[in-house]
Amino acid sequence: MRKIHLLLICVFFSFIFIVFYLSLQNPKNYDTEDLIGKKITELELNLFGKDGTFNTKEISNYQFTLLNFWASWCAPCRKEHKNLIRLSKNKNLKIIGVNFKDNEDNARQFLQEMGNPFYILAEDSKGKKSVNFGVYGIPETILVNSELIILKKYIGPLNSKDVNEISKLIKK
Amino acid sequence: MKNIIKGFFLLFFLITNNFADEDLNNKILKNLRCLVCQGQTVSDSNSDFAQIIKSVVDDKIQEGMTEKEIYNFLSDKYGDWILFNPPLKKSSYVLWFLPYALFAMGILFFFYLFKRTSIRKK
Amino acid sequence: MLGDLGIIFVSTALLISLALIYFSLHEVKKSNNVIPKNIYNFSLFQLTFSLLSFIVLLIGYIFSDFSIINVYENSHTTKPLFYKISGTWGNHEGSLLLWINILVLFSSLFLFINKNKNKKFKIFTLLFQNLLIVIFFIFLLTNSNPFSTIYPVPNEGMGLNPILQDPALAIHPPLLYIGFVGSSIYFSAALSALVSKIDAKSLATSIKPWILVSWFFQTVGILAGSIWAYYELGWGGYWFWDPVENSSLMPWFVMTALLHSILVLERKIGLYSWVIILSILTFTMSVTGTFLVRSGILNSVHTFANDPSRGLFILTFLILMVFSSIFIFFKYAPTENKNYRILSKEFFILTNNWFMIFFLAVVLIGTLYPIFLDTLTGTKISVGPPYYNFILAPFLIPLLFLMTSGPKHKWISSKIKNFFNVVLFLSIFLFLIAFFLIKENSLLLNLILFFSIYLIIQTLFDLYDDLKSRIINLSRIISHLGFGLLIFFISINHIFSQENNFNLKPGETKETDNYVIKFENLEKFSDSNYKSIIGHFKILNKKKLFKENLKPEIRIYNKPMTVTYEASINSRFFSDTYLTMSNISNSDIFNIKFQKKPFMNFIWLSVLLISLGGLINFFNRKKSI
Repeated sequence: MRKIHLLLICVFFSFIFIVFYLSLQNPKNYDTEDLIGKKITELELNLFGKDGTFNTKEISNYQFTLLNFWASWCAPCRKEHKNLIRLSKNKNLKIIGVNFKDNEDNARQFLQEMGNPFYILAEDSKGKKSVNFGVYGIPETILVNSELIILKKYIGPLNSKDVNEISKLIKK
Repeated sequence: MKNIIKGFFLLFFLITNNFADEDLNNKILKNLRCLVCQGQTVSDSNSDFAQIIKSVVDDKIQEGMTEKEIYNFLSDKYGDWILFNPPLKKSSYVLWFLPYALFAMGILFFFYLFKRTSIRKK
Repeated sequence: MLGDLGIIFVSTALLISLALIYFSLHEVKKSNNVIPKNIYNFSLFQLTFSLLSFIVLLIGYIFSDFSIINVYENSHTTKPLFYKISGTWGNHEGSLLLWINILVLFSSLFLFINKNKNKKFKIFTLLFQNLLIVIFFIFLLTNSNPFSTIYPVPNEGMGLNPILQDPALAIHPPLLYIGFVGSSIYFSAALSALVSKIDAKSLATSIKPWILVSWFFQTVGILAGSIWAYYELGWGGYWFWDPVENSSLMPWFVMTALLHSILVLERKIGLYSWVIILSILTFTMSVTGTFLVRSGILNSVHTFANDPSRGLFILTFLILMVFSSIFIFFKYAPTENKNYRILSKEFFILTNNWFMIFFLAVVLIGTLYPIFLDTLTGTKISVGPPYYNFILAPFLIPLLFLMTSGPKHKWISSKIKNFFNVVLFLSIFLFLIAFFLIKENSLLLNLILFFSIYLIIQTLFDLYDDLKSRIINLSRIISHLGFGLLIFFISINHIFSQENNFNLKPGETKETDNYVIKFENLEKFSDSNYKSIIGHFKILNKKKLFKENLKPEIRIYNKPMTVTYEASINSRFFSDTYLTMSNISNSDIFNIKFQKKPFMNFIWLSVLLISLGGLINFFNRKKSI
């Protein structure tokens, strides 16, 4: 009876300690990657600077779409902007920008300064529409295919590695 | 007499059961995690993200969404991590049932000890 | 230079600790029963150098010696002196040095004060304790050295997080460390008891005062943390079931269980193995808590800056500690006298143990589950207050009931006759009054209220009986009374807390059902290390025509650059009025949160009352330690 107890207890603690050890090796921060594989929300977004709306349903008309959430006051957005410009050169990729909680004039100036990669530009001045896309900070970028399925979600500015990844994914 | 008491309880229950919208709003916000903060609820946070979520929850309540529907909506977009009350799913069965299993085991163990010593008494 | 001095002192203390281990091993082989003087002397030297190293760090903070990296990273010349001092332990390395000092302090105190006649027992306790000390010294020197220096010496420090600059938080770590770090001594004593084979009563008398002291400080330390959270964090709550809070609560559960079990062990030899297990478990929970908090695997508002290498070291230590204890226990397991009978009184004490261990298990499950789930499946979930409240609250009812009926009654059969007594009827009567006043429709809350009233009334009656018959068992009565009051006031506070959230511009007024809140104006203010915007509010209580002024602030600290929201709290006898404000970005509108929190002071006092019971027991004990 003794030996079995000892063994059971050792196994129990070993299990716990192994999980502790593994958790140390795996500092995965929170991200919304569970959205990958889900369909994007069908939603009406107001166009930036003009009347009219854009329905995300229309993304099915494009081969691949990049939904980019940005603002003029956001420093990392500045950093990634040139990558967006680079990506906008792809024929089968359309970049839809969502200007997030921004001042219209500042946003316009930002685009004048840095270039406009956006095929369509929408605005979300209160930030509420972006909640439908699981956005919790900016910049965030979502790669969607013509079936409205989310292929990838990028939290934070797009770096060159991301650009390469996207370029590969949209070749299919 | 019993009917009067029952009536009393029913009356009290009815009177106190009209949850104001504000209460529901608070209740939901206290159950949501502020994703950009360190361990705070949306209710307690002043961050931009929290302000947006507060506004969205308010809108959803006005639209008539129930509490559960709002939680489903948010956890669909942000994952279960945003909810402080872990929903009962396959991934949380152990979490919810293990305590009761342990308590039951403890009671059984107690009875076992009890029986052992009372047998010895005889 | 100061940094070098610190390292010298720490290294010396480490060497002395190694010497102590060596001499202890040497001593146990000898058959005489006297501890040689050199061990006492070495222990004294060890304590001296350890304290000196801590004083060196303290001096570094007080005089803002930024050549020491630790001081540079965590302090600033403009900080008030009190917070410069408390900054010493408000960071990982400094607090680790405090950890070690407590280990050393308890080691020396035990050696000098404990009057147990068994030399082997005392030496082995010293040995095990010093093994802990040596490992922590090595951890400090290799991974978390508070004395590393920087050159050239910076002119100014990086400052201490302003939310940590609060009196309650300043004393919170030292209090808690005397608590759960102090539990190391009875951890060592328990292992020593196994190896030296001392008898049960001897062990009980030896460790009881240490259990009482650590339990008292743990209780008060947790209280200080809650008070800080309430006054400083600005959400109006005092307990969030945050993993770091849970890490301090879990050892407390085990300490309370141990406290109760030791009462049985004092008189009978039953429970010997169980007491040893609990003693080992307490310090194990302490180290586990430390691991969770400092390794970076938790997400919490309390965490220290995270570093996985620390986590690895602490985990390794935890593994060594646990497996060594398991092996020592199984090898030297005491032969239990299985013929003892559990009498009724002891049975009830054991039910306390059952509940404490159960609560420990629930909190442990809630805290660890997200980590386990994430590591094993990649799914991230949160476990927060709704979970803990849902699972734990119902179990308060049987616990309160057992606390009420247990201590008095002789045996179960006779208990049923005596059950229907004055206390019960008075409690029912008072409860009904409360029920009609409170109008709470939750069955659970009403049951909790009733049973807490029942406990309160019973303990008051017990108090009267005790004073009348001059048999004093004050400690149990006071602590249980405190617990009953605590649950009662927490419930009332939960039921009657009000919260109103609204937006206002300066000059505007908001009217709620019972209050009129006028946002009079904004004031700008500057202090040595922050600038603030103060909102002046006048609150009118419509029913009582009572006016109060509140001034919540938004503070912008310069070093480090942080924004904090200072709540304005008017703590009155029956309730607190709690106001916070925050500005909505890009506007002149402020979001105001107005709260009424009843009986907060009573909640704090109840916890103090609980701890007082322990203190009374400490001073009441007979003779030998």
